[in-house]
Amino acid sequence: MSGETGMPPTDFAFTSGNKKLAKAAVAKYPKGRQASAVMPLLFLAQRQSGGWLPTAAMEHVAGILDMPPIRVYEVATFYSMYNLGPVGKHHVQVCTNLSCWLMGSDEVADSCRKTLGVDFGETTEDGLFTLSEVECLGACVNAPMMQIGDDYFEDLDVTATEGILNVLKGGGTPKPGPQGAREGCEPAGGLTTLTEKPEAQGERSGEA
Amino acid sequence: MPKLTIDDSEVEVEPGFTVLQACEQAGIEIPRFCYHERLSIAGNCRMCLVEMKRSPKPVAACAMPAADGMVIRTNTPAVEKTRKAVMEFLLINHPLDCPICDQAGECDLQDQAMAYGLDHGRYRETKRAVKDKNFGPLIKAVMTRCIHCTRCIRFSTEIAGVQELGATGRGENMEVGTYVEKALASELSGNMIDLCPVGALTSAPYAFRARSWELRKTESVDVMDAVGSNIRVDVRGAEVMRILPRLNEDVNEDWISDKSRFACDGLRYQRLDRPYLRDGGKLRPATWDEAFAAVAEKVKATKARGIAAIAGDTADCEAMTALKDLMAALGSPHLDCRQDGAHLDASHRAGYLFNTSIAGIEQADACLLIGTNPRVEAPIVNARLRKRFLAGGFPVALIGKKTDLTFSHKHLGTTPNVLDKVASGAHPFAKVLNKAKRPMLILGMGALARQDGAAILAAARKIAEDSGMVNDGWNGFNVLHTAAARVGGLDLGFLPGKMGGRDVAGILDGAGMGEVEIVYLLAADEIDMDRLGGAFVIYQGHHGDAGAGRADVILPGGAYTEKNATYVNTEGRAQVARLAAYPPGEAREDWKIVRALSAVLGKPLPFDSLQQVRARMAEINANFAHTGVVAAPWGTFGEEGRLDPAPFASRLANFYMTDPISRASPTMAKCTEAFVNPARRRTGTDG
Ligand code: SF4
Ligand code: FES
Repeated sequence: MSGETGMPPTDFAFTSGNKKLAKAAVAKYPKGRQASAVMPLLFLAQRQSGGWLPTAAMEHVAGILDMPPIRVYEVATFYSMYNLGPVGKHHVQVCTNLSCWLMGSDEVADSCRKTLGVDFGETTEDGLFTLSEVECLGACVNAPMMQIGDDYFEDLDVTATEGILNVLKGGGTPKPGPQGAREGCEPAGGLTTLTEKPEAQGERSGEA
Repeated sequence: MPKLTIDDSEVEVEPGFTVLQACEQAGIEIPRFCYHERLSIAGNCRMCLVEMKRSPKPVAACAMPAADGMVIRTNTPAVEKTRKAVMEFLLINHPLDCPICDQAGECDLQDQAMAYGLDHGRYRETKRAVKDKNFGPLIKAVMTRCIHCTRCIRFSTEIAGVQELGATGRGENMEVGTYVEKALASELSGNMIDLCPVGALTSAPYAFRARSWELRKTESVDVMDAVGSNIRVDVRGAEVMRILPRLNEDVNEDWISDKSRFACDGLRYQRLDRPYLRDGGKLRPATWDEAFAAVAEKVKATKARGIAAIAGDTADCEAMTALKDLMAALGSPHLDCRQDGAHLDASHRAGYLFNTSIAGIEQADACLLIGTNPRVEAPIVNARLRKRFLAGGFPVALIGKKTDLTFSHKHLGTTPNVLDKVASGAHPFAKVLNKAKRPMLILGMGALARQDGAAILAAARKIAEDSGMVNDGWNGFNVLHTAAARVGGLDLGFLPGKMGGRDVAGILDGAGMGEVEIVYLLAADEIDMDRLGGAFVIYQGHHGDAGAGRADVILPGGAYTEKNATYVNTEGRAQVARLAAYPPGEAREDWKIVRALSAVLGKPLPFDSLQQVRARMAEINANFAHTGVVAAPWGTFGEEGRLDPAPFASRLANFYMTDPISRASPTMAKCTEAFVNPARRRTGTDG
């Protein structure tokens, strides 16, 4: 469905599994306010279409939610998380916002370019990778970072980036999350505060 | 009522007013781009920022409700600075191409930049450029000029009821358009040109034809439908360059239909600019004297009862008065103003008027449409119905051809059987009407212009009476006319005379059988010319259309922009069209032609000036003595009878071409091609 024929698909319908999920999304909102479910439905449609939203898919969503199609296009074009053109199997989104940039996103981006041989906004010839530059993805504490598919890859440097991309090239599954020593978003240089052992609940005097 | 202080003076305003409206009431103008009285509030241009006491930041006057005790300042240095800043931001991406922009001279951005713009730009980066969008054959879009006020989006969504325009992308990449390339299909689209505060949307047919300051502006009324929209005719030299709406809250508010606005280029083509005579089967140019002599000769040789007259859909009241009096002087009872054969009953004025009045629609609380499609027959009335619908609690049902009215309604069926059921009270919608306090019905020409028209009129009257549509102060019975001349003609009694006068069908039959020997067509083009048989046809009008093609004598008259003429709209509102440009060549104002002919025929009419004709009109019908509408007394009209089971047909197949002017208009031809003829692609899929 991802445009292998070079032509955008003209037909789209939710699979029965997605239909159920769509129904559940619509059910979260009061009657008559079904349009509120447009974003989750677009998200489902994007997944089903191989990572992007053909016009037919947006119109399908519009039909389900009883919205004029233009209102759906407006939403889909507003959020950069919806892709309006075909993307590769792996959508590599590199954050270049302030925090990531301070922590070296330029090098990360460069190594992506070098490893994949494409620039931002381009897709590799084999259709495996699309490289995008994105704004803050909300993982500043583990900057620099990139998102590939559904996973965040954080605390990147040149080697880590190359490694991840090469694993993907080889068909493997790289480990998501921080690539350095950190497990989560704890301070990189160890704790500087709250270092004492936390008291057990109710131990503190004077607590009601 | 909230009382607030604006620039040190106190104002008391209606509850629900915004600060901007309060300022306006206080006589202070607030610059704005996105705010428009008739659209929802967007608050996105930020040009209207004012200072409010106890607010650390300036507030958008258009979006801030006026509250008691507010202290607003609009003239401080801070406000001035904010406006300048907003203006500078707006101009960052605006191309400043005023010299090649049609909006120049009447552009809000240009005017306000004069007041708040810097004398130089501080922006050194490149400006963005936006691909132009397809807004249809009527609107030229130069989207790089767009300042994203979203007025056009709100207009099409709210007023026109076609949800196709939107803002896609965001931030610097935001674009106003349809996303999927398609022309915007609305009969009201031209109004977006007026609404657009910059030159992003301008009139396509008017592109590069004139500058606003070169135009002579004449206030007039429109005749493209029976609404009588108030218009302004802009003329340069002898040519009508464009037509714009003129505010009239009772009739068209700020809007006009695309036909009213754009058909005016038809005034340049196919014009009859001199008299013609048929000579050896061919029309040849003639002088007025020759033409009149030919008519006189024929009239002399014909018995009075062999003469008939038909008034067309754009005939003015003055000309109809003159022709009616001339026919009386000649002694012929055969005259009619109902080209389409509509069974309108002139015995009671309430029986052929839009009694509720157009503005009155907003008070109604249920509506039944019978054999009408107001969207094409009177887009302005349809916009009012939609406005009422959006206010809520307005069930609408339609008996007639299924169609998209831009607001949701129940389609009850297509045949008079359903009407019968409603009339007998058996239909569920009869209950809806009964329950309503101010129910209304609209009867279209599609229901009246049929064999059983009189019976349908009677059935509709019965529904009106049974459901309490007519009670003191409220009359919910409405006839929606399609012809600008119709109500005027009925008011004047341009109808078959008592002594066996023939109606249009009778005249055509008579002509076919040779009993009617002379047919005088006053701008009448919508009849079947083939049925005129061997009759001698006098055509008086302004366009070489069907009537002129069949005529033996052509008397060139003026179009509605070329004469001082009275038209009565579907509500019974007498309004005057004013001469904006002189008729071309030897063409003359219509009543004067009839007056001159009457002298040649030896029956000179007793009026020589416009005042005298109008006095005569007022003598025939007192309604001409005043403007505005008077409630018409109720009566018994129509003829009870059997209803024909054939479905109601739509009267107007093509909204864009309904009369000689619009048929001659290249712009209307383009619209026909774009909207009427191609099978339109369906959008939207169904789950
Ligand atoms: S095209 Fe005109 S009316 Fe529409 S958003 Fe742009 S500036 Fe406003
Ligand atoms: S007029 Fe108030 S924000 Fe545009």
